[in-house]
Amino acid sequence: MFKYANPANFMRLSSILLPWVSGACVLALGCALYWGFRVPPDYQQGMTVLIMFIHIPAATMAMGIYGLIAIASLFSLVWRHPLADVAARTAAPLGALFTALGLITGSLWGKPMWGTYWVWDARLTSFLLLLFLYVGYSALWNAIDDEARAARAAAILALVGAVNLPIIKFSVDWWNTLHQGESILTGDIAGIYLWPLFSMMLGYALLFTVLWTIRIRTEIVARRARTLMQGAA
Amino acid sequence: MNFDLGPYSSYIWPAYAVSVLGLGVATVLTVIAWRRAKARLAALERK
Repeated sequence: MFKYANPANFMRLSSILLPWVSGACVLALGCALYWGFRVPPDYQQGMTVLIMFIHIPAATMAMGIYGLIAIASLFSLVWRHPLADVAARTAAPLGALFTALGLITGSLWGKPMWGTYWVWDARLTSFLLLLFLYVGYSALWNAIDDEARAARAAAILALVGAVNLPIIKFSVDWWNTLHQGESILTGDIAGIYLWPLFSMMLGYALLFTVLWTIRIRTEIVARRARTLMQGAA
Repeated sequence: MNFDLGPYSSYIWPAYAVSVLGLGVATVLTVIAWRRAKARLAALERK
């Protein structure tokens, strides 16, 4: 795997795959919107069910991206892989964005359904903590000038912060929360709502893949430029 | 497609607007940063 994950191979492979993944992303998002705005109102939630199609994908991506950062951090710390710290660093702002979108869309869903935008229950609070972890992780990278030291410190923070992921996931089971429990895997969502939901989840995942790949490519090119400048100085 | 979202439209449209805006801005900034980095490297390689 390491053989194919060096920067030169990454640049070559990603330039071939990016147009295809971008096209698939546009298709998935287009289908999600088309199917989403054709569903009938939910018998309890009315048309606020449409917020589910953007809230769940954003929240899922927020947690998934942090998991990716933790795995990349492990690779960076243990195997010193040259792409691992770049991959982790470039994913963090996107993870923060999806977390913020999850929080905002969730509160806009909560007001008509729960009667409040925000409540300090275990799910919402642990999810807010995830946003702080993303911000702290990026701030740590920017606070230390030496890249190797910054990568090490940020990787340790990412791995420690990963303990928050199972807390978010199981918070609705471990504590009495206003936030509803698991509903996708338990089959509590009617089939007609699953197509737009899964299509949007796929679209969000592909969009993240496209943006993340471009950000990694940007960082690789920027590092090359810095090396050239140091060589010229 | 049904754009009449009933009494809760004042919550649904802002949720979609924020998502489109957030993801749109992230996409634009990412592409701008890529183009700048590529142009800077090309300029350095020409020297």
